[in-house]
Amino acid sequence: MVMPPIDRVLDRELKKGSAELMVLSIIGNGSRHGYEIAKLIESRSHGELRFHVASLYPLLYRLEERGWLQGRWVEKAGERRRRFYTLTAEGRRELARQRNAWKAFVRSMSLVTGVDHA
Amino acid sequence: MPDWVVHLRLRLERLRLDPAREAEIIEEMSQHLDARFEELRARGATEEEAERVALGELSEPEELARRMRPLRQAQAPSHHVPGAPGGSLLGDLWQDVRHAIRTFSKQPAFAAAVVLTLGLGIGTTTAMFSVVHGVLLEPLEFPESERIVALYHDGMLASQPTVMNHGPATYFTYRDNQQTFEDLGAWERTDVAITGAGEPERVPALAVTDGTLPVLGITPALGRFFSPDEDVPGSPLTLVLTHGYWLRRFGGAADVIGRSVQVDGEPATIIGVLPASFRFPRAPADVLLPLQPDRADAGSASFGFQVVGRLRPDVTLTEAIVDVRRIIPILEEAAPSAAFFQLQPNLYPLIRYASSDIGGTLWILFATAGIVLVIACANVANLFLVRSEGRQRELAVRTVIGAGRGRLARALLTESIVLGLAGGATGIVFAAAGTALLRRIAPATLPRVEEIGVDPQVLLFTLLVSLFASLLFGLIPVSRLGAPSSASLKDGGRGASAGPARLRVRNVLAVAEVAMAFVLLVVSGLMVRTSVAMRQVSPGFTEPENVQTLRVDVPEAFWDDEQGMIRIHQQIGERLAAVPGVRSVGIAYSVTMDGEDNMNPFLVESEEPCSESCYRFRRFKTAGPGHFSTVGNPLVAGRDITWDDIFEARRVVVITDALARELWGDAREALGQRVKPYGDDRPWYEVIGVVGDERDDGLDQPATGILYWPLLNDIGFTPSMLVYSIRSERVGEPGFVRELDEAVWSVNPDLPVSDVRTLDEIRAQSMASTSFAMVMLTIAAGIALLLAVVGVYSVIAYVAAQRTREVGIRIALGAEVGNVRAMFLRYGLGLTAVGIVVGIGGAALLTRILSALLYGVSPTDAVTYLAVSAVLVAAALLATSLPVRRASRVDPVIAMRAEG
Repeated sequence: MVMPPIDRVLDRELKKGSAELMVLSIIGNGSRHGYEIAKLIESRSHGELRFHVASLYPLLYRLEERGWLQGRWVEKAGERRRRFYTLTAEGRRELARQRNAWKAFVRSMSLVTGVDHA
Repeated sequence: MPDWVVHLRLRLERLRLDPAREAEIIEEMSQHLDARFEELRARGATEEEAERVALGELSEPEELARRMRPLRQAQAPSHHVPGAPGGSLLGDLWQDVRHAIRTFSKQPAFAAAVVLTLGLGIGTTTAMFSVVHGVLLEPLEFPESERIVALYHDGMLASQPTVMNHGPATYFTYRDNQQTFEDLGAWERTDVAITGAGEPERVPALAVTDGTLPVLGITPALGRFFSPDEDVPGSPLTLVLTHGYWLRRFGGAADVIGRSVQVDGEPATIIGVLPASFRFPRAPADVLLPLQPDRADAGSASFGFQVVGRLRPDVTLTEAIVDVRRIIPILEEAAPSAAFFQLQPNLYPLIRYASSDIGGTLWILFATAGIVLVIACANVANLFLVRSEGRQRELAVRTVIGAGRGRLARALLTESIVLGLAGGATGIVFAAAGTALLRRIAPATLPRVEEIGVDPQVLLFTLLVSLFASLLFGLIPVSRLGAPSSASLKDGGRGASAGPARLRVRNVLAVAEVAMAFVLLVVSGLMVRTSVAMRQVSPGFTEPENVQTLRVDVPEAFWDDEQGMIRIHQQIGERLAAVPGVRSVGIAYSVTMDGEDNMNPFLVESEEPCSESCYRFRRFKTAGPGHFSTVGNPLVAGRDITWDDIFEARRVVVITDALARELWGDAREALGQRVKPYGDDRPWYEVIGVVGDERDDGLDQPATGILYWPLLNDIGFTPSMLVYSIRSERVGEPGFVRELDEAVWSVNPDLPVSDVRTLDEIRAQSMASTSFAMVMLTIAAGIALLLAVVGVYSVIAYVAAQRTREVGIRIALGAEVGNVRAMFLRYGLGLTAVGIVVGIGGAALLTRILSALLYGVSPTDAVTYLAVSAVLVAAALLATSLPVRRASRVDPVIAMRAEG
């Protein structure tokens, strides 16, 4: 997939981009199901950031349609089946790209605003 | 736990999601909401609060749809068909098919088991249908063949109702007076010696009148057919070649027309060649020659050939029958002796003649194939039931998101049909292999074998059978579709649906499979017993594998009088006896079961004085010295015919024991009695010998009463074509037949030798229909047994798996493993026992139809029933033992954890 130039990503969908980056980062550490993803984002942000059903799943499905994630139903004995999401190779490259873009963005913001980001 | 499905469904319904995908999304989001709900409850919220918060997080109804709408999966192409009410039928169907294929690609083992089982059932049915279709149903290869009719009579012969054919009297009278046929033609099978075109040979031939080939609607590939002038006795002989013979003997030469060959020593001109497609039913022939019936013989009734007619286009068979009935009084005026036979018209389509009397056997075989198919369907229905239990949850989700029962039933049926069609395709592969095998093992008595195969009509049949089978096994899971239960959407829902009703259906299916397998096994068992019984019958010869037979004709051109003709035969016999390794040689008009069935009337002196009607009708043959001892039929009383008897024209006759018993009660009583052929001023012949019984009409028929006249006699029955039987240990040795041929040709190189076969081959051929039916039924029964074993196995395995926990507890509580095993064995054997009882009923019904095929065994033969029951019980033990062993090894701890 050909990505638009970074400046346009920054310009257009900053919020959306950050959400994508969060999800990709969480899954980058191993396959997770939807509820786990929501809970991990919540706990890592110390309760600051929350994803609900109506926002999380459309995002997961969009990333899946882009070929960055793959969802798979997994059955375990005695439990109901669950859909686990894993990063694809493409998703892994995208995660690296977005991390770099985010770093560049944060660097620029701190230079401009004088707010030093930890 | 709250039911989220309605809320989710409400939010998703405006999107054009694929229903399956929608179900997945609802399932996934429901789980999320469940988890959120639990979390809130754990933090101390009440159920109402927790539900309200979770639903609040689901946000405004439009929110989810708004976020989802840009996704590709929300843009599923619309399948709306203009004008279709509401939903789109075709679109839904295509969706169902795709969904089914996707589902099965994820369950390859299940799909393979179903496709293979169905393939066996459909393949068996298709193979048998291709036989029924090719032999019984496919129209004959003549233009508008449905208008071609075989004409026979129902008549009385020696106070026995008999089907009678035609002679000059009926042929000429009918042809002259009929008003319903385009024309009539007579025909008769024969064989002729062809010389003057390479090695002399006897070939099968068809004698026809000038009308026969036009009645069949055939046009020549080359030259022309017989003219009315050529069909008159005494006119120069003409010959029409079949396409195959023309290629084989004349290399397909175009200039064959006008060439001359010798037919039975008489010159004949080749006038035409038949098209390659020509096949006369049940009468394979190399050449056709004019029948030349004599109008001078039309004054008295006789019966020696067959007649076919082509109905006029607007005439029905019934009208033709009325027409013949009208002509019979005219016939009785022209030939007064016809009245004696009380003739009634017996007309039917030629295709019925073509399929002969094997029709009954074939329909029975077809029916058994149908039973195999039903068993296969029962098995598949069972597999579907197990599977449908595993997917209660999915079905419930699909119901709740708005798929109505009808829509869901259709989706389930589509799955069945997809598998059914795959099974059908597999079945065609099996059937193609099956028909190839069938054509190889088919008996010579099976007509139209060359038309058996997988053609478009057979494929259409397979398609219909596949759809039918799909409905049969597909309707069972559909009928189990209950009202949507949100219970099955919840945790543990998957295991909660194995109700007793479901198990009952599976039990019934297993019992039905056992019952049907029982029926097929009994049927094939009875055929095996029939075959054994027939093998034990003494046919009228012994050690048949050591007796070579061959037919030699001494054409009229080679002799001046009958005595000279018989002397040539005597000489041939001596030359044959001189071949190294030959122990003895016999000469006769025919050997047992070789198909010669020449019946004639005769009178018995001890029954005189006697009116005309008290003659008897029995088989006539002629014999020379050594015939009986060579074939191994012992003299029961008296002596054999000698050469002196023959050449001194002594009026002596040898009869079979069956006839002696019938006439005089005992063989010894027969000696010295006198008989004579029916007719004016025929002399009396003295019975000098009685030989053992012959099963001349087939091993499954009663012994035939036969009169053996001397090779030379003054009753007008001195055939020039005789059968030699040669007993030798060298029979079957390569080159032996060639030495016999050369011994014959050392008398005259132009003597045609034909019908070279051993007595054993003749016997095998007489058993061919029985052997064929036996092999086919045994194959069908074998498949049925296999499927039934799988059926019982799957029920027991299922029950064992269902009760793993119970078994674990029992063992934990100290139950003996042996007791646990016994529990399942009882279950398996119980199913089998019920199946056998039901099967006995079914077999009793079916075998009544079957009894026509049986010989020497009762349709309710206890030995067969017991043996089959034993086989089924053994099979059931086998089918039960595997899951039982698994169940009894259950570790109680694991078993209890599994569902705890």
